[in-house]
Amino acid sequence: MERIPILRLGNHLLVSIQVDLHDRLALTLQDDLTSRLAENGARGVLLDISSLEIVDSFIGRMIGNIAAMARVLDAHTVVVGMRPAVAITLVELGISMQGVRTAIDVDDGMRLLEAETAAEAGNVERPPL
Amino acid sequence: MRVQSSLADVLADRQEAILQDWIREQVDSGAARPDLVSEQTHKAQCASLLEVLTEVVRAGEAEAKSGPNWSKLKEMLVDLSKSRARQGFSPSETARLVLSLKRPLFGHLRQTLGKDAAALGDAVWSTTTLLDDLALVTTEAYQQGREEIIRRQGQDVLELSTPVVSLWDGILALPLIGALDSNRTQVVMEALLEKLVESRSKIAIIDITGVPTVDTQVAQHLLKTVAAARLMGAECIISGIRPQIAQTIVHLGVDLGDVTTKASLQSALAIALNRLGLTIVPK
Repeated sequence: MERIPILRLGNHLLVSIQVDLHDRLALTLQDDLTSRLAENGARGVLLDISSLEIVDSFIGRMIGNIAAMARVLDAHTVVVGMRPAVAITLVELGISMQGVRTAIDVDDGMRLLEAETAAEAGNVERPPL
Repeated sequence: MRVQSSLADVLADRQEAILQDWIREQVDSGAARPDLVSEQTHKAQCASLLEVLTEVVRAGEAEAKSGPNWSKLKEMLVDLSKSRARQGFSPSETARLVLSLKRPLFGHLRQTLGKDAAALGDAVWSTTTLLDDLALVTTEAYQQGREEIIRRQGQDVLELSTPVVSLWDGILALPLIGALDSNRTQVVMEALLEKLVESRSKIAIIDITGVPTVDTQVAQHLLKTVAAARLMGAECIISGIRPQIAQTIVHLGVDLGDVTTKASLQSALAIALNRLGLTIVPK
């Protein structure tokens, strides 16, 4: 079965969507990601959607949901690399993804995640995963 | 059928003479405009039109207003009228191109059918209907040509009016000038987002100093742009809010949410630099 790979990168999980995200695939991703988060307690999720060309309201809501679920599992989500056309579509659909952090590319997104987790963790050392 | 055939005969037998009369008629009525189209070109255009018209009448397509020759004639007239619209002919001059064919045709019909009043009447009537139809074709095509020009100009203005400028490494500015409608917002939004990706900027300053009025719709458009930029990981600052506009926004009850707004581009730039951790110091 087709799956989207979830890569571990230090304390964070990197999800790069390189194929067309159809509904079932999005649901699988949601399952996989939440179980991975619950398993190893990652602090951040980097969702790279730079290859995503087509979104509909379902996929838009899905991305928002993934961020909300990660939040419940105590992880920050940064959505990176959204294409202009996708951004316009989501805005026209009325999905503004309040509460989801965004960045222009993976590089910036990683920096943002590091900053957020560092600020939250304060000086408490966490054991590496 | 007899009427059609008499017109066809006249057109076929006296084509050269009719052409001469037609061109003279156009020159006399001032529809020829030698300043816009050279005499030679004009004559060639008239000759080919007359030729196809002869074919149309001979094939009996004039009454049905359909058929291969009729389509060809129509196509020629449409092309001619559109090009005339671009060249600066007036609508009546364009219509007169066809209508001025009436007098020469009637004249030649009278010479041929002079004795037979009923046949002449019929022939004149069918000729006049045919020419009126063709004149309507030219007018319609002329109008379409004009509308195409207007549409293209509108598009040009749209593209001209949306420059996205880079103020600093990571800071873009979008000075908006003129009224904002849905179409323009779309173009502006696309231009801004494309530039955001290209330059990897983190902050975009939307300057609305040149926007004459801000109503709920314009505010809605602005907020959409801000939301789209945010989705791509950039922050927007709206600057250039004049006192009247601030008052209007509040009176209309528009909620700008958590968008940073500033009175001038200068203070917006100051904020943007501050967010990027940059300062400007005297040398």
